[in-house]
Amino acid sequence: MGVPTDPFEKFQAYAHPDRLVSTEWLAERLDDPSIVVAESDEDVLLYDTGHIPGAVKIDWHADLNDAVARDYVDADGFAQLMSSKGVGPDTTLVFYGDNFNWWASYALWVCSLFGHADVRLLDGGRQKWIDEGRPLTTDTASPSPADYPNVARDDTRIRAFRDDVLAHIKAKGRLVDVRSPAEYSGELTHMPDYPQEGAIRAGHVPTAANVPWKRAANDDGTFKERPALEEIYREEIGLSDGDDVIAYCRIGERSSHTWFVLTHLLGLPNVRNYDGSWVEWGNAVRVPIERPGHPVRPPLD
Amino acid sequence: MPEERLEEIVDLFREAPRELRLQLLLDYANGLPELPAHLVADHDAMEQVRECQTPFFVAAEREGDGYLLYFDAPPEAPTTRGYAGVLARGLSGAGADEILGTPSDFFLRMGLQELISPLRLRGMGAILARVKRIVVEQENAAAG
Repeated sequence: MGVPTDPFEKFQAYAHPDRLVSTEWLAERLDDPSIVVAESDEDVLLYDTGHIPGAVKIDWHADLNDAVARDYVDADGFAQLMSSKGVGPDTTLVFYGDNFNWWASYALWVCSLFGHADVRLLDGGRQKWIDEGRPLTTDTASPSPADYPNVARDDTRIRAFRDDVLAHIKAKGRLVDVRSPAEYSGELTHMPDYPQEGAIRAGHVPTAANVPWKRAANDDGTFKERPALEEIYREEIGLSDGDDVIAYCRIGERSSHTWFVLTHLLGLPNVRNYDGSWVEWGNAVRVPIERPGHPVRPPLD
Repeated sequence: MPEERLEEIVDLFREAPRELRLQLLLDYANGLPELPAHLVADHDAMEQVRECQTPFFVAAEREGDGYLLYFDAPPEAPTTRGYAGVLARGLSGAGADEILGTPSDFFLRMGLQELISPLRLRGMGAILARVKRIVVEQENAAAG
């Protein structure tokens, strides 16, 4: 039997209410052996300064990325990672993290590439847990290794590569650029106050609509309620269930947040995350770029 | 003179087992000295390093033959605090020649690349670059 869904009222309006848990719900289940809580952060040391009791750490760079190629770990690497964190194929895996759950969403998305069935996000993430004065510990969790099968990663359903994006533009698919307006317009190649991450060209993928990821979030880190999300994504930019949608940002973390919103909160069935994002596109030779005040170059057919 | 030589700290990291390197960085984050009273009272005297993701401030004050380095970063940014802690222990009190002679990529030899993405690791270089700039400005001012 699986772990029941959090009955929290706000979640019931979402397309997939089973993908979110509230801090209250989680606080009562920290000892449940069917649940593994995983922290995924931007700041690699934050887990060690204090985390939810029993939570393991899954780091986007050290754990989920391949050490050589710019790609994710393979089936064997993923199985080893899950096993070492005490996660079996039937485990309910609850992610939370800093920075509005960017990396928690990213880790959840990577686990979805490997088809892990029960992945959930803690609404409000680390920030809400701490703001509510809930317990933290510096004791590093040392789970007993679990058996995890080797499952091939499926990169076709929810992940997009550069060539997919090129084909998507031609097919007039929908693109959502979730970066800040200054990055979208080409004034900046990186987030305000963030280090320059090495994109040679600035602007956006032609035809992309700009909806900064943060519009889906409240200031306390939780997701906005469903009607507000419908207003932004369905009314304002006109997405609908029949659309093929690709979201991107700079390296794929902020667009994981939007991927989660579109897929699990609004229920759009065909949403992919382009994890290569602007760091790839803004460096690639002869891919089309749109920038205000310039025609698209090279021109689209 | 600094409490430790920066080169010794680099060696300490490089020779530590992989799983202990982050713990070491956390130790340096926790060991970052508190700001002295005069900078708490006059925080505007510190310069903000905009290349860092979190609010981060630095000051370098000449004392005798060396420069005392001060850093301020919030507790929710332990990695940035760790970078600052390494520089505070390894360079605060050093003379201008030693600070300006520190290779700008010294941190690449600490063995942190497997643990921290290279782009994030550059924050350490950005902090050192800012320290060097402040020292150059003060040396120029002192030389009249």
